[in-house]
Amino acid sequence: MSIVQNFPFFSIILAMFSGIVSSILPGKRARNVSLIMIAATTALSFAVLCFCIRTGESYTYMMGHFPAPWGNEIRAGVLEGLTASMFGVVMFLSVLGGVNYTASDVERSKLNLFYIMIDLMLSSLLALVYTNDLFTAYVFVEINTIAGCGLIMIRQKRKSMSAAIRYMIMSQLGSGLFLIGLSMLYDVTGHLLMSPARESVARIMAGESYVIPMLVILAVISVGLAIKSGLYPFHYWIPDTYGYATPTASAVLSGLVSKGYIFLLIKIFYRVLGENFVIGSHLINVLYCFGVAGMVMGSVHAIAEKDARRMIAYSSVAQIGYIYMGIGLGTEQGMVAAVFHIFTHSITKALLFISAVGLYEVSGGRTDYHSLRGAAYRNSLAGIGFAVGSLSMVGFPMLSGFISKLLFAASALRCPGKMLPTIIVLAVSTTLNAVYFLRLVITLYSRQQGSEKDPEGEAKERKRPASGKSSWMLRLSILCLIGLNLFLGLMSRPVIQAITDGLAMFD
Amino acid sequence: MTRLLSVNMEATVAVILFGVGFTMLLLHRNLIKKIMGMNIMDTAVYLFLAAKGYIDGRTAPIVVDGIQETSAYINPVPSGLVLTGIVVSVSTTALMLALTKRLYEQYGSLDLDEILILAKEEEEKRT
Repeated sequence: MSIVQNFPFFSIILAMFSGIVSSILPGKRARNVSLIMIAATTALSFAVLCFCIRTGESYTYMMGHFPAPWGNEIRAGVLEGLTASMFGVVMFLSVLGGVNYTASDVERSKLNLFYIMIDLMLSSLLALVYTNDLFTAYVFVEINTIAGCGLIMIRQKRKSMSAAIRYMIMSQLGSGLFLIGLSMLYDVTGHLLMSPARESVARIMAGESYVIPMLVILAVISVGLAIKSGLYPFHYWIPDTYGYATPTASAVLSGLVSKGYIFLLIKIFYRVLGENFVIGSHLINVLYCFGVAGMVMGSVHAIAEKDARRMIAYSSVAQIGYIYMGIGLGTEQGMVAAVFHIFTHSITKALLFISAVGLYEVSGGRTDYHSLRGAAYRNSLAGIGFAVGSLSMVGFPMLSGFISKLLFAASALRCPGKMLPTIIVLAVSTTLNAVYFLRLVITLYSRQQGSEKDPEGEAKERKRPASGKSSWMLRLSILCLIGLNLFLGLMSRPVIQAITDGLAMFD
Repeated sequence: MTRLLSVNMEATVAVILFGVGFTMLLLHRNLIKKIMGMNIMDTAVYLFLAAKGYIDGRTAPIVVDGIQETSAYINPVPSGLVLTGIVVSVSTTALMLALTKRLYEQYGSLDLDEILILAKEEEEKRT
């Protein structure tokens, strides 16, 4: 057994342990511990990815002393390694970019609590990605929810409290459904580990018994995780949650947390219920319809918004819709496109939230369109970052959004029944995306009328002393996120190959 | 149909309770009642698990009188799951109660709709 095979376990436990250590550290130290830990876990995940690509197969890792059908297991393959590394990178850049804003938003004495939540969040995300056990997945889903709620409410200003309770209520509805789904699945199959459960499910399917219970299990688990990831009809908590949290929390929540749940859902589809059963049931069409509705309605809501943050938040609703549409196509290419869009969206959304921080800083901390007018001239790098993120969301060639749209369209072409609606909705949604994103980009790049801008703006800028001093962190994270976006857009082939291989390994 | 329901009485009751709790958590306006609904929902799942782990005529898997065969005991895994689930639901309940307390201090109300309206008004006053 190679030492690399221990790394998934190490990364989970490292993240959790640094959360515990941070509880006795002052805020700044906790921040540094958190950043170092995120970098280290990302390196570990990357090593796992390289190991799995080299050996060309996945492996399971026994936790504790009980072998397969009873004990707990971690499983790592190409897709797990890739997702974990991507989550780590996005998490690192979001934390790095939002450092100053976090420090001014969160009470000084509570700053370390914020980083504890970040650590726990990363640990639970990694566990969701790597685990091979359904009940462990449930426990980490709950840890993730609690950490997410902590990240929202730690700001303690304005609407963040009511946003937090809404988030908590919706999350509890989702995890309740997920839990009863798991219990029923355990009842029917007698296993909690994914691989033995899969064998039992295959036997049950072959015997054509338990048809209705299996359908109920599929429906309950899918709806539970869909509520938690904010699929369209269940999206009402999204705008407040992402709109009023600190930018780092918004970037992490919208870029990573919802993706963690979707990844878990894909894993359950492939590794427990079996893709033939999932595709054969009509539930996949329901997910497809909700996804398509989300693509349009999320964009329509975003157009109506006057606040930049809430607009970015509503755009998440549309992008989650894209991912569920890809899953709902029910083909392998559709799933590849959905997973690729998970990466695209987490990178692009983090870029948008983080570069918007640079724009608020030079607009006196205000987030409405009117105050942001001309902000791109006051902070050129943030302006470029925001423009790149917007163009990527719209689907501009060379950027990652283009590749995911291309993949969605290409996979729709092989899906006779769903081809026409998919292509039409893709076109409509792209146009709507362009309407609200480009409107904001044009606002950012239009000169302010008159000359009243400077005195007020600069005075407010000075009130935030940290911004001038160490904004290299913000700059660095914007540059890295732009670079990643270009990388996914220009050199997508190896990534798509890795996703295809990883999905093949799920069987 | 009725016979099946009465044979699986525990599961039936559990699913009904789950529905009651779920609806309360989703639709009730009072935050405390929402939290109660959440607890009913979680407890229903524990009832379901405990009922499914029970095997008629056997006892709890604790070795007394030196009996070692597994055929004497019920399935211990669901009991373990219930314990884990209780820990999770206690912590989420605590978090929800703490949030409710903060919201009550801030807005003087336990009605979620009213809190959201007040929060929105406050937001509009600022801008």
